[in-house]
Amino acid sequence: MSTTSTTPTLATAPDTARFRALLRRPAARKVLALAVAGLVLAPFAHAAWGSGGWPHALTVSLDGPLRSVGDWIVDNRDSHWLFLYFFGHISNVIIGAVHAVYVVLLALGWAGVTAGAALVAWRAAGVRAAVTAVASFAVCGLLDMWVPTMRTLALMAVAVAASVLVGALLGLAAGLSDRTFRVLRPVLDTMQALPAFAYLLPVVLVFGIGVAPAVLATVVYAAPPMARLTALGLRSTDPGVMEAVESLGATGWQRLVTARLPMARKQLLLGLNQTIMMALSMAVIASVIGADGLGDRVYQALSTVDVGAALAAGIPIVLLAIVLDRTTSGGSDGTPVRRGHPAVGWALAAAAVAGFVLTRSHDWPRGWTVAVTEPVNRAKDWMVDHLYSGIPGIGGTADWAAHYTGWVLDPLRDGLQALPWWGAVLLVAALAWAIGTWRTTLTAVLSLSAIGVLGRWDSAMDTLSQVLAAVAVTLVLGFAVAVAVARSRRTERLLRPVLDVFQTMPQFVYLIPVVALFGVGRAPAAAAAVVYALPAVIRIAGEGLRQADPRAMESSTSMGATGRQQLLQVQFPLARNELLLAVNQAVVLVLSVVIIGALVGGGGLGYEVVFGLARGDLATGLVAGASIACLGLMLDRVTQPTKGARDAR
Amino acid sequence: MRGKWIAGAAALGLLTLTGCGAADMTKQGSPYANAAGTKSVTLSVQSWVGARANTAVAQYLLEHELGYRVDTVQVDEVPAWDALSQGRVDAIMEDWGHPEQEKRYVSDKKTVADGGDLGVTGHIGWWVPKYFADAHPDVTDWRNLNKYASQLKTPESRGKGQLLDGSPSYVTHDKALVNNLKLDYQVVFAGSEAAQITQIKQFAKDRKPFLTYWYEPQWLFNEVPMVEVKLPPYSDACGTKGESDPDSVDCAYPTTPLKKFLNADFARKGGDAARFLKNFRWTKRDQNEVAQLMAEDKLPADKAAAKWVKAHPEVWKKWL
Repeated sequence: MSTTSTTPTLATAPDTARFRALLRRPAARKVLALAVAGLVLAPFAHAAWGSGGWPHALTVSLDGPLRSVGDWIVDNRDSHWLFLYFFGHISNVIIGAVHAVYVVLLALGWAGVTAGAALVAWRAAGVRAAVTAVASFAVCGLLDMWVPTMRTLALMAVAVAASVLVGALLGLAAGLSDRTFRVLRPVLDTMQALPAFAYLLPVVLVFGIGVAPAVLATVVYAAPPMARLTALGLRSTDPGVMEAVESLGATGWQRLVTARLPMARKQLLLGLNQTIMMALSMAVIASVIGADGLGDRVYQALSTVDVGAALAAGIPIVLLAIVLDRTTSGGSDGTPVRRGHPAVGWALAAAAVAGFVLTRSHDWPRGWTVAVTEPVNRAKDWMVDHLYSGIPGIGGTADWAAHYTGWVLDPLRDGLQALPWWGAVLLVAALAWAIGTWRTTLTAVLSLSAIGVLGRWDSAMDTLSQVLAAVAVTLVLGFAVAVAVARSRRTERLLRPVLDVFQTMPQFVYLIPVVALFGVGRAPAAAAAVVYALPAVIRIAGEGLRQADPRAMESSTSMGATGRQQLLQVQFPLARNELLLAVNQAVVLVLSVVIIGALVGGGGLGYEVVFGLARGDLATGLVAGASIACLGLMLDRVTQPTKGARDAR
Repeated sequence: MRGKWIAGAAALGLLTLTGCGAADMTKQGSPYANAAGTKSVTLSVQSWVGARANTAVAQYLLEHELGYRVDTVQVDEVPAWDALSQGRVDAIMEDWGHPEQEKRYVSDKKTVADGGDLGVTGHIGWWVPKYFADAHPDVTDWRNLNKYASQLKTPESRGKGQLLDGSPSYVTHDKALVNNLKLDYQVVFAGSEAAQITQIKQFAKDRKPFLTYWYEPQWLFNEVPMVEVKLPPYSDACGTKGESDPDSVDCAYPTTPLKKFLNADFARKGGDAARFLKNFRWTKRDQNEVAQLMAEDKLPADKAAAKWVKAHPEVWKKWL
């Protein structure tokens, strides 16, 4: 395919001078080289294996072996030493730890937990965070979600503690040794680029369903940011200070504890914050494998399309995210924490103790609840009746969904599935090489081929079509808003809290409202993905556009450029790296939601994972999960701008 | 220096792991069970509304009559068996027949115990709306289905007729059936029963024809009358063939008496709760009554259960 896209440039180049100028651009040279390679190799590939989807001769079926591994595990789980003396203990330790935390939370009672949380928030992040904590926990109770909230909190506490421990150890190793750092970096990069959903199945295979696998999957997903940022913090310590400490005769251990770790405090705190946010989003997704808590309530509500119940369970998740985010990000940005009068602290501590002593019941009082389910469902029914279809002129949301499916998704999917497999490989290689390095190109091509070899080409193309369509919408909307944000400080200030809230919500929560508006299918999954990815795109792109050199802006204004010209010819090119990073983030984030969109009828690879989980057919699920991982890797590498920009994440 | 640390940590890890002996993977209750001194029961909830009705009533009676705290966790059918054998849930209230799991966990490993019949008989089949069957009486035989494929086309069915299926987790051989009976249909999964019901109601509102995988008992028949499509009759030979190779199925679904299953330990030591769950037995009409309150009148599960419990003391008194 890349052959057809580059040949016109060759044919229509009016003179050799322009052609040479073009060749001086490295990207064009790379694409040209690939085009030549494609022209030579494609006929052979076509002759040997045909030109439809991925050739059957090049697939390897893992179903048989995986199925027997699954059966072996189920048959030997109660007797084999590997389970009795290793996995069983891991599982027991996790269950024991979660149980212990949960019992403590229940014993504290609702008043004790609320006051305690306020105290911690106050110490870490000041008065406003403490008020947020009190209000949030009160709302959780009012919505009659106290017990599920405590369960999610217990699970989170154990998962975050384990993630921080694992991440900090890995980060320490990578921070102190260059070799470990070099080995670990691509691994951590990859782990962060993969959708959370792909992590669920391997742990289910060994541990069955329940809390233990949920915690383990969470640790795998949430530890990388801690490890990355710890390593980053340790490596970026001021060499001057290090030399001074060394000259004082400090041992390696003393250097680490007295100089390097304290100096990396900011990164460590940021790592903790990121780990908590990722753990929360995973703890919610893990309800698909029986993790219980708030996620389970959302999952149950989703399968009955009970929007009211889903909202009642979704709001506490968002509030929990906000409280944890505010509490852990306090102080990490350098501004001093405003705690107010110390009496506030004493009052909070007294309230915590009083709450602990006075409340006999560990559950939220029965009468103090607000039933939101019924009014929300009535509102939803009204929306379905009035907005869903048949609004004169613009049609209803169901009509939009049908148009999006029929006019955008279907042609794109059919096109991708009809694309010759070697064409797809060349296209991916061209994109990856034009944007990144030969390494990223190689990874991208290998990942795409791996999907074919695993025999998931068609479903992967289905998923890919959904990702591309949603990314396109995200970028158009995101860049438009980013321009507005970059132009006006006021817009930015107005938008910031909205973006904050949207970025702290776990992906799962987005699936609820879209089902009410767009029904079931690929369109609601796309809508959820767009909403989820927008804040990150707006943030990164807006930042990039604003940072455009003021002198360049000024000189372009003085040359009489219109606002439009300035935007297209000065700001966009200057912000190239940030815009590419925004594209990269959009792709990664959209993929993660499109995958869980299978729970609302999205189909594709996500459906196969859900199917594998639901039927206990782990072979299907694992292969699909591996394909999702490959697709994520491919998309990440194709859009990966040259190194450096990613560290901003 | 670092080597010593790693060796030390590894030794410590091994010591703690082996020090406490074997860990039984069949005794791993939910960490939330029996917390803070309350007796608790964990029930697995399946996603269809009939199963929700059973669980809701069981939960209500366990909480209000027997003083337990009941947790419900949504788990799909096959993983629920696995969770049951590991003790992560205590009971499944409605099972539609999983012979492979039954053999593995009930007869071989004895980690799951039979909880008796639910009292309801389930039947899966293919159905068309009554208004469509009245207009075209011959559609109710599978041999004539291909004639109607073009009328049953939708945007998601890729030019063929659409056979609407529910959640991927339900017992279904529809893909094999379409294939083996050479039908010009595409199986489209709605993703969940709720989505399927929404879709069926929308079809019925516009009086559009549709063909759907559906089952009895189901309250929706009261709202959207449907007629079953005759498939080649079920035989034991066809059933056994299908068990060994699911892709070879070419006959209708069997009629299944629905059953309950309990975790074996819970069945022995579960006291009142286990006895109550074993005695739980009602009729199709009872189940539909609760299911309709939940799905149609949008009552929360506990309110629907309370309403039924108040109206039918003669049914549930004997379960206690």
